[in-house]
Amino acid sequence: MSSVADAPAGGRDLCLTGLRKEYPNGFVAVQSLDLEIPRGSFFALLGPSGCGKTTTLRMVAGLETVTAGSITIGDQDITHEKPYRRPVNTVFQNYALFPHLSISENVAFGMRRRGVKDVKGPVADILELTELTEQANKRPAQLSGGQQQRVALARALINRPEVLLLDEPLGALDLKLRRAMQLELKRIQTEVGLTFVHVTHDQEEAMTMADTIAVMNAGVIEQLGSPTELYENPATTFVANFLGQSNLIGGSVVGVEGGADGQVKVDMEGTVVSIPVERAHTANTVGTKGWVGVRPEKVLIAPAGEPIDAPGNHMTGAVIVDSSFIGVSTQYVVRMPWGREMLAFEQNTGARGVLAPGTKVDVSWRPEFAFLLDSSQDIDAGLGEA
Amino acid sequence: MVALTPETDPTPDAVAGGPRQRRKLTGYWLILPTAVWLGLFFVVPFYSLLATSLFDPDGSVLTGYDVTYHFANFGHALSEYWQPMVRSLWYAALATAFCLVLGYVLAYAIAFRAGRWKNLMLVLVVAPFFTSFLIRTLSWKLILGDNGWVVDALQTVHILGSDNRLLATPIAVVAGLTYNFLPFMVLPLYASLEKIDGRLIEAASDLYASPSRAFFKVTWPLSLPGVVGGTLLTFIPATGDFINASLLGSPNQRMVGNVIQDLFTTTGDYARAGALSVILMLIILVLVLFYIRKAGTEELL
Repeated sequence: MSSVADAPAGGRDLCLTGLRKEYPNGFVAVQSLDLEIPRGSFFALLGPSGCGKTTTLRMVAGLETVTAGSITIGDQDITHEKPYRRPVNTVFQNYALFPHLSISENVAFGMRRRGVKDVKGPVADILELTELTEQANKRPAQLSGGQQQRVALARALINRPEVLLLDEPLGALDLKLRRAMQLELKRIQTEVGLTFVHVTHDQEEAMTMADTIAVMNAGVIEQLGSPTELYENPATTFVANFLGQSNLIGGSVVGVEGGADGQVKVDMEGTVVSIPVERAHTANTVGTKGWVGVRPEKVLIAPAGEPIDAPGNHMTGAVIVDSSFIGVSTQYVVRMPWGREMLAFEQNTGARGVLAPGTKVDVSWRPEFAFLLDSSQDIDAGLGEA
Repeated sequence: MVALTPETDPTPDAVAGGPRQRRKLTGYWLILPTAVWLGLFFVVPFYSLLATSLFDPDGSVLTGYDVTYHFANFGHALSEYWQPMVRSLWYAALATAFCLVLGYVLAYAIAFRAGRWKNLMLVLVVAPFFTSFLIRTLSWKLILGDNGWVVDALQTVHILGSDNRLLATPIAVVAGLTYNFLPFMVLPLYASLEKIDGRLIEAASDLYASPSRAFFKVTWPLSLPGVVGGTLLTFIPATGDFINASLLGSPNQRMVGNVIQDLFTTTGDYARAGALSVILMLIILVLVLFYIRKAGTEELL
């Protein structure tokens, strides 16, 4: 059908090399981006607004000129190609549907421009895939937000682009519809097997759909990996705070035990805790300062003196200052002996009631869940930006 | 609700002048100013024009005029003055076409390319209105005059023969019409071009449309309301115009406006002048209705 179908199966990965965008007023939106997005993957660019993710996407689409670096698909360099000659299509944030054309004409637009004569069959197919068959003769203004979103998707998908770019495609939808569309998008991506590059500021959305996420901040990629990797083992304070919540506690390295799969011993406010070497993102020499991090749901608490299920790094002398029961779990704020507060989320397994504020507790977490971050990074980076 | 007894529910008609009746009249009070305005400035003059067109053609200022339903006035007027009538429509069509091309380019430039100069450029489009229509047309007479620099320049490069002129030719009249009605084309065009979301053009180029394809498939159709509005605002007054033909043209470029003016003011043939005016109005009305139907603007406007 299109050039895509004839393209060799392998080797058509999207590669961004040293990509940089600097505006004439001196603002650098994208610093120097290196990314390799394998063909057929669902890739998410996640970051707060203004981090350069949309600019990156627009450079790939050809709607923004590139200051430096290159964009290639396989061995085809498209860095300076005109947008209408790129094997790339975009689902725009506000859909940008043509108001003067019917839904089926909107969907057929790309095929007609490429000179395809018989568009009826493909249009009917794609409308069926996106469940829009009944809307075919309506105008965009007559459709609901969710339907318009699907039209925007159908209009791009019908061209079978090598890369489909999605610019916050679900941003304008309400929460319930957004959840439904997330699953829908994922289903369609699996079905058509195209490369999807999805830009979003919603971490949950990125984690639900993407195989690989690149977390962007201030024009650079902070960390790249699968949703579980990013969540379980964040490499920077920004990722630790932007993706979910984290307890970060200052400490300094006192020694390393074992080799590559050994433990880093960190003195954390008088308690020595251990962290696996592969989860320590610092120079592990004695005296190095760092942030010890642990996710709230990995923190276990028990009334003082009672045994804790999975003992690991163990601390005593903490007091509950706040507890809020939210049904599926209870969220505790615990003041540690050294004065700082920590978050602990406890699953509502029914084993124990809600502990009242003021209760003295012991705190513990398994060493393999902790991580160690560079102390030069801002402890509050990424907070309140999600 | 169900427990309401008839005794506690007074019928609205029983309370004369009650709030319901007052509310009924409010609507009529509100259209009163518009109705008076319409009656005074449209119905009365229109009736007077229609009556004039049916005057006894033998009437004069001395003997007075009577409405004799002399429909032959229309036939006479048309058979005698069909040439200026056709010429008017032709000149107006030409001027409208030139206005559309020039106006579209200008409106497009202001809407999409002017940046922070946008407002200044719009003011400049309207600025000629600060001077009288008559004075501006008279200055064109000087510019296009036989000893003016335009004719000199065109004669030097041999586009114009040494004894050819611009003034008193159809070129001067159509140029004058184009100049005078250009703002009426630019403003509606600008209004509809300015509303077009730039992201639609981006979407078109993302969907394999080259810039020219994107223009004809997206920008042009979306600007149609402005095109229809602008062409109507230009064509209708240009057809009835007589200033340009009388100042820039010669008797050979006489338009129907000039004829009507002469019949009313010089000849005093009110019946024929009235008939010609009504015919002109009908022709424009039919053309406009046909045009709007053809352009399918109900949806766009």
